[in-house]
This record gives sequence, structure tokens and C-alpha cells, in this order.
Amino acid sequence: MLTLSRRALIGAASAIALFAGAHAASAADAKLKIGFVGVTSGPAAAWGTSNVRSMQTLAEWYNELGGVKIGDKTYELEVITFDDQKDPKRAVEGMEKMAQEGIHYVVGPNVDDGAAAVRPVAEKNGIMYFPYAFPKELYTAPASNAILGMIANYQSGPAIYKYLMENKGVKKVAFVAANESDPLSQRDSGVAAAKALGLEVVADKDTYQNDTRDFTPVLTPIVALKPDLLVLSGVAPANAPLLIRAARELGYEGLISTETAQDAKVLEEGAGELANGFISVGGASTPEIASDHMKEFVARYTKKFGEYNDESNTKVYALDYILEALKANPAAIDNVDEFKKTIDTFEAANPYLKDPNAKLKFVGTTSFGQKRQVAVPMVVNEYKDGKFETLFVGTVD
Amino acid sequence: MPGPSITFTWWIRRLMEQVIANGLYLGAQYALIALGLTLIFGLMNVLNFAHGQMYVLGGFITYTVYGQLGLPFAVAVICSGITLAVIGGFMERYLFRTVIRRSHREESTMMLAAATAFFFDAVMLLVFGEKQRGVPKIVKGVFNDFGVILPYDRILVGLIAAILILGFIAFMKYTKTGRAMRALAQDRVAAQLMGVEVDRYTMIGFALGAMLAGLVGGLLVSITGVNSGIGGPISIKAFMMIMIGGAGVVSGAIAGGFILGMMESVGLTVLREYGDVTYLVIFAALMMFLSIRPNGLMGKPWG
Repeated sequence: MLTLSRRALIGAASAIALFAGAHAASAADAKLKIGFVGVTSGPAAAWGTSNVRSMQTLAEWYNELGGVKIGDKTYELEVITFDDQKDPKRAVEGMEKMAQEGIHYVVGPNVDDGAAAVRPVAEKNGIMYFPYAFPKELYTAPASNAILGMIANYQSGPAIYKYLMENKGVKKVAFVAANESDPLSQRDSGVAAAKALGLEVVADKDTYQNDTRDFTPVLTPIVALKPDLLVLSGVAPANAPLLIRAARELGYEGLISTETAQDAKVLEEGAGELANGFISVGGASTPEIASDHMKEFVARYTKKFGEYNDESNTKVYALDYILEALKANPAAIDNVDEFKKTIDTFEAANPYLKDPNAKLKFVGTTSFGQKRQVAVPMVVNEYKDGKFETLFVGTVD
Repeated sequence: MPGPSITFTWWIRRLMEQVIANGLYLGAQYALIALGLTLIFGLMNVLNFAHGQMYVLGGFITYTVYGQLGLPFAVAVICSGITLAVIGGFMERYLFRTVIRRSHREESTMMLAAATAFFFDAVMLLVFGEKQRGVPKIVKGVFNDFGVILPYDRILVGLIAAILILGFIAFMKYTKTGRAMRALAQDRVAAQLMGVEVDRYTMIGFALGAMLAGLVGGLLVSITGVNSGIGGPISIKAFMMIMIGGAGVVSGAIAGGFILGMMESVGLTVLREYGDVTYLVIFAALMMFLSIRPNGLMGKPWG
């Protein structure tokens, strides 16, 4: 009886010690949930997947380092994801799910109609969200909860066209876009920018179905117009190599560009050397500008998912912007009004660039009249033999 | 030196030659995609929504065997065909046959086909990832003469597609298995009464349909690449072709493929000034056509 009691006592003491230890650990490591609502299935899966995987890689890395210290608490990061299947109705459901989970910071959606659809839900439930969609009304007052997560095409397009006019003698330009809201709006703003720069636009109505597999019929009449520059407006990474290959095989010898981020491996596999010279917008991973921190991110991402996606060069930033802004103002952790107060003055070191003066800060005043855009470097890349080379780096204010 | 109007006429003529070449090439691709779908429909009255996903899986197998493991392209395409034939056989034996026996509602098989399509989509996304995949060109160089520009690899794939189509027609017409499947498609009960082993030939037919999807997916990965999200759109295009040609009819699927390929090619050139109205016109024409001829050009049964 005595033996049993002693065993019971020891057991009880062990259980209490374990419980206390666990309780102490959870008190030290409160969870911070960050949401993602975007497309991770279907033909556009690459856009959202690179987002989610960037967030998951960073969250795992920061948790491995002991979590993120915000104010006097250290948080373990948890990424809550929702696949909206590129459907605005699903995007609304996703944002509602984030609200139910008590999440105040969400990355996504990836496309225009999804980003527009979630706006009322985000504003009603006190959620700041970081879309990869370009409509200006999302970021212009009275809208105030959306922060553009990348460089918009109406910011990068004019810079690219101007560079190509001055350095490559481009005079005639043709546009081709998928028949969907994002690419079409990007095409229209690209056409306007090209005309404003004095370029002759020889094709501005050519479109294709996003599920087209063979672009030869689409490009046959455009190539016959012999433009100096062919702009693939808002082109999905899956379609870019097919369009490039079809244009080159039809004998097109001019330049080809886009204002969306692309993946070097996809271009290499899909178009090979025909993709050499293709100009696109990238992020921070080219060797000329990437910091050791960025290189480690790429290595961790590759280890975790087997293969890196160059689209993540632009998508790596959103989570850091959220965390750094929360560090700057811990009261914003569950109050987005506090976050908005921080936006105007926020500044932190940009860990992804070699340049020690590079900063994380919010911009967008020129385009939106208020700071509702993350400042990421506008890196314009040229694809060459399986890699991107930096053509020039611009900024957005 | 020719005047501007002569130059313009020459340009249009040259462009139309290219457009016709594009249409024929697209048609050969499409016809081959539609064949497997129409075969399964003809044999079992099942609209296989997973046909596009089977095509995609065939593409990924060729990508892996040829693009990643470095084995010859022909070996890779054969691997795609065999793998899909085995998968198709299993699907018929353990899924569709069971559902057809247990349910008299036709939509049950449609729901099953849709479920398998979603299943394949999810598995391929997990296994092969979200990226577009491609393989090195099988033949380099471009044919550029008679006003037509066509890369040699497209010509080769077009020829292989034509040979496969002819081989398939010959198989259906002259072999015992082909005749049995045609009999099944014409009248299942009569075929059974005449001693045709219904279960066996239905399974062979389903496997053959799946194999065709795998073969064409493997062939085309060398030109159009493949990604895990394109199965649905491929199925939709295949449905359009068999709606045009007539569901369950081999010659109808071939005709539907060539008609759709030519309509796309001509529409994208002639209607380009009006934006993306080509498919709008194709769909409108299809609706009007089906209201006049609901069984498509060649209707059922087998021709």
C-alpha cells in the first residue's frame, strides 16, 4: 500500500512538473497567426504557392530561431492558408475564415477580382491584407486596409519601355494578354504608358484564352507586324515560355518583355535558349544584389520544398513587412488602426539586399495618394542561359 | 517593285497559308485528344471528366522519363501510354464497373468521373508541383518555305498524331478486339447475346481510351509542356470536339478536332481586331449548330 502510494505520489509529481513545464513554455511562446488567402490550385497555382511557401519557409526559420519578439512577448508564427482557387467568392470565404480565426494580417489574394471582393470583409473585421493585384482603387482612399505587395505594372512598365527605347532603340511595340481581368488591365495601362512615351503601338487588342497550349495561331498575325518589342502583359509563368517559343519559332527577332515575375527554371525547360534576352520583373535573388540572408532563404526554401521558385523573390517580403511593422508598434498586433498609424513613419533594414542602406518602408504616395505599398526593389531582369541577370534596379516612391 | 495593294494582298495570302498550316496542326493534336474520350463514351456512355487529367499525367510521365531520367523520348511516350492504360483498366474494373452495376442513374458515373478528375488534380499538384514543366526539343530547326513556318518538332508530332489516328482506325476496323468494341458501342445487349465478353472489352476500351490520353499528353509535352492545372481545360476542349463531331463516333472526334483547330486558327487571325471574340464566336456557333443537329456531325452509333 505504502509502495503504491509512493509510486502514485511520484507519478503525480511528474505529471504536475510536466504540466507546469508545458504551461511555462506556452506562456513564453504565444502564437501569432498570419493568414494567406490566394490561389494554390488550378492553372494559376504557381502564383499563390510561391507566396505560401515563402511564408512557410520564413515562419519555420524564425520559429527555429526561437520565435519573433514583438514588444515584451515572443511569438511562435503560424501560417493559416486558404486556397481561393482564383474565385472571388472563395476569396471572400477565405477572408471570413481568417476573421473567425482572429487573424488581423493576411497575405493575398493574388488576382484583381479576388482582392476587390475581400475588401468589405477585411475592412469590417479589422484585417490588413497584402494583395498581389494592381487596381488603384484598392489602395486609394477611402480604401485603407490593402497594401500592395509588389511593384505594379503601371510602375515597372514605363521604366522598362523607357530603358528599352533609350538602350535598344525600340520604336514599335505590340501587346498580347490573356483574356482575364488582370492581364487585360495590365495591357491597357501598358498601352497607355507606351503611347505616353511616344512609342508606336502596332497591336493592342490581341488576346488569348489562359488555357491555350499552342500560341502559334495567336502570335502569327502579331509577328507579321514586326514590332521591336512584344509585351506579354500579365503573363502567367506557365504561359511565358510557350509564348516566347512560339514567337521565336515564327521568326520573331525583336525583344520580349513582361511586367510580372517569372521563374528561370520554367523558362529554361519550356523555351530553352529561345528565352535568352527575355525581360521580366524580379526580386532580390540575382547574385548582383542578393544578401547572405536572401541566399539562406533560397537555400531553406529549396531544402524544404525540393525546388526554388523565382517568383518568391518578390513574395518573400510581405511577412517581414508585417512582422517588422508589428515590432515597431506592438499595439498593432490586434489593432490594425495602430498598424495604419505606423505605416507613415515605419522603416527597418532590408535583410534581402546587399546594400546596407536598403530599407523596408511603405511607399505608394505617387500612385495612390497614400502609403499603401511595400517598397521592394524594382529589379528588371534579363533571362540568359537558365539564369536571370539584373538589367537595372529602380525604385517606387 | 509591287505597289502597296499588291504587297498587302501578298501579305494576307502568306498569312492565310500560315493560318491553314496552324489549323491543320492544331486539328491533328485535338483529334488525338478527342479520340480517347469518344471511345470511352461510345463504349460505356460515360463522359470521362478525368480525360484531361489523364493527358496531363501522360505529360508528366514523359517529362520524368525523358526530361529528368534522360531516356529516349519514344521510350518515355510508350511509358506514358502503358501507365495510363493500366490506370484506365483499374479505373474501369474497380470504379466505373462497380458504380454502373450499383446505380442506374447516368449521373452517378459522371460524378465518379468528376471525382477522379479532382483526385488526379490534387495528386499531380502534390507530386509534380505547381510549375509548368517542359522537356528539350525532340527535333531542332524550323521549316520555312511556301509561305509556311512550322518547327520540325511540330511537323513530327503532327505526323505521329496522324499515324496514331490511322492506326487506331485500322485497329477498330480490322481487329477482333476493335470489332468487339464497335459491336458493344452499337448495341451492348445484342453484342452480349452474340457472345462478346462485355466486361473484358469494356475494360480494354477504357484502358485504350486512357492510353490515347497518355500518349498524346506524352507527345505534346515536347511542344506545349505540361502543368498540373490544365487537365480541366483540356477536358472541356475535348468535349467541344466530340460535341461537334458526334459523341461516341471515331470519325466524328477526328472531324471535330480538325474543325475546332481550324476555327481557332482562322478566328484568332481574322477576328483579332475585335479582341478575344474567337471563342465567343465558336461557342455561339456551337450552340446554334447543336440546336439544329444535337447529335453532332456524325451522331451515334459508330460509323
